Amino acid sequence: MNFDYAPAPESASIVDIRPSYGLFVDGEFTDPAEGRSFKTVNPATEEVLAEVAEAGAEDVNRAVAAARAAYDNVWGPMPGRERAKYLYRIARLIQERSRELAVLESIDNGKPIRESRDVDLPLVAAHFFYHAGWADKLAYAGFGPDPRPLGVAAQVIPWNFPLLMLAWKIAPALACGNTVVLKPAETTPLTALVFAEICQQADLPKGVVNIVTGAGETGRLLVEHDGVDKVAFTGSTEVGKQIARSVAGTRKKLTLELGGKAANVVFDDAPLDQAVEGVVNGIFFNQGHVCCAGSRLLVQESIAEELLDRLKARMATLRVGDPLDKNTDIGAINSAAQLEKIRMLSEIGEREGARRWSPPCELPQRGYWFAPTLFTGVAQSHRIAREEIFGPVLSVLTFRTPDEAVAKANNTPYGLSAGIWTEKGSRILWMAERLRAGVVWANTFNKFDPTSPFGGYKESGFGREGGRHGLEAYLNV
Amino acid sequence: MSTKAERGRLAVRKTYKLFIGGAFPRSESGRTYPVNDAKGRFLANVSQASRKDARDAVSAARKAFGGWSGRTPYNRGQILYRVAEMLEGRHAQFVDELRAAGLGRNAASDEVDAAVDRWVWYAGWADKLAAVAGSANPVAGPFFNVSTPEPTGVVAVVAPDSPLLGLVSVIAPVIVSGNTCVVVASEPAPLPAVTLAEVLATSDLPGGVVNILTGRRAELAPWLASHRDVNALDLAGIPADEAGPLEEAAAGNLKRVLRPAAVDWTADPGIGRMTAFQETKTVWHPVGV
Amino acid sequence: MSTETVAGAAELRAFLHGLPGVDQVGVEERAARLAARSIKTSAKAQAIDAAIAMVDLTTLEGADTPGKVRALCAKALRPDPDDPAVPRPAAVCVYSDLVGVAVEALKGSGVKVASVATSFPSGRAPLAAKLADTRAAVEAGADEIDMVIDRGAFLAGDYAKVFDEIAAVKEACGDAHLKVILETGELATYDNVRRASWLAMRAGADFIKTSTGKVSPAATLPVTLVMLEAVRDFHAATGRRVGVKPAGGIRTTKDAIRYLVLVNETAGLDWLTPEWFRIGASSLLNDLLMQRRKLADGVYQGPDYFTVD
Repeated sequence: MNFDYAPAPESASIVDIRPSYGLFVDGEFTDPAEGRSFKTVNPATEEVLAEVAEAGAEDVNRAVAAARAAYDNVWGPMPGRERAKYLYRIARLIQERSRELAVLESIDNGKPIRESRDVDLPLVAAHFFYHAGWADKLAYAGFGPDPRPLGVAAQVIPWNFPLLMLAWKIAPALACGNTVVLKPAETTPLTALVFAEICQQADLPKGVVNIVTGAGETGRLLVEHDGVDKVAFTGSTEVGKQIARSVAGTRKKLTLELGGKAANVVFDDAPLDQAVEGVVNGIFFNQGHVCCAGSRLLVQESIAEELLDRLKARMATLRVGDPLDKNTDIGAINSAAQLEKIRMLSEIGEREGARRWSPPCELPQRGYWFAPTLFTGVAQSHRIAREEIFGPVLSVLTFRTPDEAVAKANNTPYGLSAGIWTEKGSRILWMAERLRAGVVWANTFNKFDPTSPFGGYKESGFGREGGRHGLEAYLNV
Repeated sequence: MSTKAERGRLAVRKTYKLFIGGAFPRSESGRTYPVNDAKGRFLANVSQASRKDARDAVSAARKAFGGWSGRTPYNRGQILYRVAEMLEGRHAQFVDELRAAGLGRNAASDEVDAAVDRWVWYAGWADKLAAVAGSANPVAGPFFNVSTPEPTGVVAVVAPDSPLLGLVSVIAPVIVSGNTCVVVASEPAPLPAVTLAEVLATSDLPGGVVNILTGRRAELAPWLASHRDVNALDLAGIPADEAGPLEEAAAGNLKRVLRPAAVDWTADPGIGRMTAFQETKTVWHPVGV
Repeated sequence: MSTETVAGAAELRAFLHGLPGVDQVGVEERAARLAARSIKTSAKAQAIDAAIAMVDLTTLEGADTPGKVRALCAKALRPDPDDPAVPRPAAVCVYSDLVGVAVEALKGSGVKVASVATSFPSGRAPLAAKLADTRAAVEAGADEIDMVIDRGAFLAGDYAKVFDEIAAVKEACGDAHLKVILETGELATYDNVRRASWLAMRAGADFIKTSTGKVSPAATLPVTLVMLEAVRDFHAATGRRVGVKPAGGIRTTKDAIRYLVLVNETAGLDWLTPEWFRIGASSLLNDLLMQRRKLADGVYQGPDYFTVD
């Protein structure tokens, strides 16, 4: 028997993409003052999906002013109990429209529908649901009897989890009583614009949520705007540092969720088949466009060969292709620029002497694609062991003792996440104590939950998102 | 409730029954008692539960406990929020029943609003209580040590006479954390309790998580207080001077008892009614290679 | 007991406990993810026919009679009287005293006769009785023997006893293929499922089978996944291929296809044949037939159009 899975595409007819989109300011979709726009494309086909407005200085001014007015007049004074009910409405509307949003996310971002449907969207709804519950319970969050919001939050998010990052930003901000101006990434603005529609359907007071689309310059105008009280950014460490410089000396409160180069540490007593799954999930989830991706596999030398054999066999079953096919495991790389960066770093990896391997894998002709890739014989000094590739590329290193594993895992300017695979509980906790990372997964990887704080050590940023701790970023405490 | 008749149509009246294990049985005793409105006019015959109904309700609650406490807190929160949605949808019906119990139009409407908001408040606690009531404990040694709250089990609740807001204010905090309960409704104003049962039955709440008995408190409370398969007792609806014997009965298996107290049901409820029905579990684990 | 046996028992124990552990959450997550595969159109048609050919059509009731067994055999010979293109199931599985009836009814058809043996389903009988049961079935013409392991001995840590019993039954089987039922619902943990799988393979099993169908839970996807990993690893280590048979609780085409996906993506295509993968079921066959006709006609089917046997 030759068991080829027939194409099983999720229907795209559920989404209705408009030819062009304006900015969402003060509760309305409006044209940008300077009339500029940019195109967003489907990375799996390179087709243009829509023209999207590019916000300039005047637009950002208007959005911040709308957010300020909404904060002063409506949202700030509103009892938490009422804010909660708006957020619950939004959570429900997201649940109701989740398949539409999942399909749109896959079209605009390139991620497989299985992930947008089963991971992104459930988490988005859960994030609003969770934070809705905090809106009237802030007195119990451990920040004093009556913690106050900050005011207007400027939020800039990346393209890897467009709607999920929006949820991570907007839900806690609103729950705590702030109003927001959010800039989605220029390659993935569409779900944020549907979210704007959801705000309208929820009768959210105008100005509480404003969405300004654009590229880096729009983001810079927003975070540097005098009228904002809070800046929250998720993206590269390089831009994070620029933002930290730009808010220096201002009153703005800043939280940053930046890059990572996580070590996934596998000991010889690990549950091997699950470790292989965890390694695969750690690096190939979302095409490796994950700041907390387990991009460095640190495997104990005594089982390195066996683990790699299993890993390769497992990688050969990964299905790369049409993001809307329900059986696709790895979708399209989000943009031509990102694809170029992944190619460049992979070539450097080869030049520096690491051995490159990919399973036989037919890639589509059009669109941006990169086969799942493994580098063995990687040393700490190689660039592919130090730099964030942000793609489906795994660097494999080995270690002999737990101390060496810790030393290698921590030997990076980043500190977002780490993984530990061993069936010995005390070793998990020993490792966890020593790893300089904000999230440590043991015998699992890439798990997210609105109740669980997420964020990094060192150059992976500061501040936490999610859980009780995540509220602090949006409270004047 | 007479308005429909005035318009020339004879209304179809509802039979008010018990709520046990997700079903609506009559009392096994075959007994009912009449409930009148504030002006003394007959409203309905309500089931007068017996000790055997109470026993059945406890076994239904016990049977439901494993499944309900095993749900994720997020799922319980979703279900409690669904209760709020369903309750909001029956707003007018509850206003009618509260007016029949003697409340003015605005007061009745306000009470239903507050009852809906109360469910919303507690729904949000489902996945936050552990973060507020639990802790990571920095013990002096190479040990990981965390304390987490867990539901205590089956809780018997004698509801207060605030027929809707008081009722939801004692049910929601018990079940949000994973307990199941047997509730004795307000004796003089039981109708909203039965209607609330209909809301619960259509809110994805598993059968047996909430069981509602109507009848005589004085008859039912002692059986629940002494029942060895009940883990805790909320005496909200018991006059303070009558609590002693019930507490004494509860001592038979060391039930956790929440004593009656003067409560303003419209005020911010705090977290006391939730923590009253929680156990704290502390886990130790060594840290080492 | 000779020192050699004691040493063997110790080695066996050390070996089984030296196998990598199975993380419950991880294996269940993986099984659930594979269960979400979407098998449509041509792939579904292919999978349905493959699944039909892998069915061990089973009747294992105290109330079984020669008449019941003949009816089941007739079903195996012509699963869909309206469509001769439908493949035949791999085998008919009956109690040992009814093997002769099945052999007679299936003579020359290519459909195998499988017999449960060794005091199925509990396995609680002296070894001599288990062997006699096995030999009787083989002598009556059974092609395949489905034995049960002694779960009591396994859970008590007496792996050598379980091993020796399997080896003895294997010997009693002669040319008949031996399927070893682990009764995973009683083994409680995935670690135990993996150990029992290896134990059975080392003792000579031709197939490892999840369940008797008399204990709940019977076959589950994660249990079968662990067993498929075991046969894959055993093949890599020894070069000997062992088959897998989930049995019990597989009632719908959707369920059956999920198992085929599991095989495809775990052990691989080599196992996707009736020689190396079977599904123990009874009501499943009619659902497969209904889905098969739905694919052909485009109309949802009703049970009145398929024979009840």
